[in-house]
Amino acid sequence: MAQMDSGGDSGHKKGPGVKKAKKQSTRVDMTPMVDLGFLLITFFIYTTTMSTPNTTKLNMPKKEQDETKQMEVVKSGLMTILLGENNVYYYEGELLADGSNFMTSSFPTPEAPGIRKVIQDKRAQVIAAHVHNDACKKIWDSNDEKTGVADEVACLDRDLVVVIKPDVVAKYGRAVDILDEMNINGVQRYAIIDITPQEQTVLELARQRNGQ
Amino acid sequence: MPSVKIPRKSTDFDMTPFVDVAFLILTFFILATKFKPPERITVKTPKSVSADKLKEQDGMIVSFDSAGKVFLNITVLKAENRDILYSEIISSVNAAKKLGLTDAEKQAFKNEPLVGVPFSQLKARLGGEKVPETGIPVDSTNNELAQWVASANDVFRSHTDMKLQPNYLIKGDNSAAFPSFKGVIDAFRINEVFKFQLVTDPRGVPEGTELFKNPRRAAE
Repeated sequence: MAQMDSGGDSGHKKGPGVKKAKKQSTRVDMTPMVDLGFLLITFFIYTTTMSTPNTTKLNMPKKEQDETKQMEVVKSGLMTILLGENNVYYYEGELLADGSNFMTSSFPTPEAPGIRKVIQDKRAQVIAAHVHNDACKKIWDSNDEKTGVADEVACLDRDLVVVIKPDVVAKYGRAVDILDEMNINGVQRYAIIDITPQEQTVLELARQRNGQ
Repeated sequence: MPSVKIPRKSTDFDMTPFVDVAFLILTFFILATKFKPPERITVKTPKSVSADKLKEQDGMIVSFDSAGKVFLNITVLKAENRDILYSEIISSVNAAKKLGLTDAEKQAFKNEPLVGVPFSQLKARLGGEKVPETGIPVDSTNNELAQWVASANDVFRSHTDMKLQPNYLIKGDNSAAFPSFKGVIDAFRINEVFKFQLVTDPRGVPEGTELFKNPRRAAE
């Protein structure tokens, strides 16, 4: 340690027993500084949020009382998806009285496409059955360059309408997943609508059948 | 035999470049960090393939957590407009529901325009009492959020000079039950609002799907 050398023999500089002034090293121990640096790095890495949230657009239908103004839907292109808690149910066209066209599927996972395959198949089926007519002209006129789709293609899936009806036990995240499926599979017309009592009954039966 | 002398090397090494890099990274993170504003509720948003970034906009953010508690946050971008808009909104709600709020309580709302209590407890909450935040009721019989939306919309529309384009953001929790989302939507539909933006986390587009093949069309 630094000590003052206050001996009486400070008079003569050179001689035996006189200590030389120590040469202090200019090196500093950087370890604590590095420790602190990495501590701060760790802190900031944890607190930084790199991914900013996105938004999905959702347009809800108006409650139209006037029946003449309600949208016409071709039965062959209609698909209804019912959301349960863990399962997805669907039927095409109208629900038959005996419930024989009521199907069970699953939410899409990386392993199994589930309802995604069903939507894709339905869309392919609608496109295959499509016949160009006057109504297509309207879509062609509004189809501008931005969409990057040829006029003849733009109207192909116009009959496809997907109605999403979440049950009361369905989770919000699942509903968003299905809305996302609409975007993923290029379904242009879809809506979220309240579930009907009849559908609720069939859904309940299906759930019991599946042992849930 | 003479033993071979191995020269003793010092274990010290020059740490300077190491420290340089460390502090460079540190500087980057300090600059890149944008601290999240403290949130009163925790919401784990669902994922979607949407590529629209969340923008800071005028309007309303309705959040609901996993228990279905609904919170309303009214956002105004321009600081100079905030005071007048917030005070008009709270006055409008006060008049419509006859809450009898004092000026001090209105000021409390202006300081933090985030609501998470029913009207019956709003006065106590703004008065500084510790009221449990049970969320704004959104049942079909008692949809109080509709009143908030109506008041806020009226105020937004009456100030045409500010050029406000209110946006309606819904930030729901993944595991919230669907009826709370429906209640929120209904509150807006009563007020003739049909376009929403759902706050989501980004995720990748699954391969081989329509969107994967033709991203431009789906963006429309």
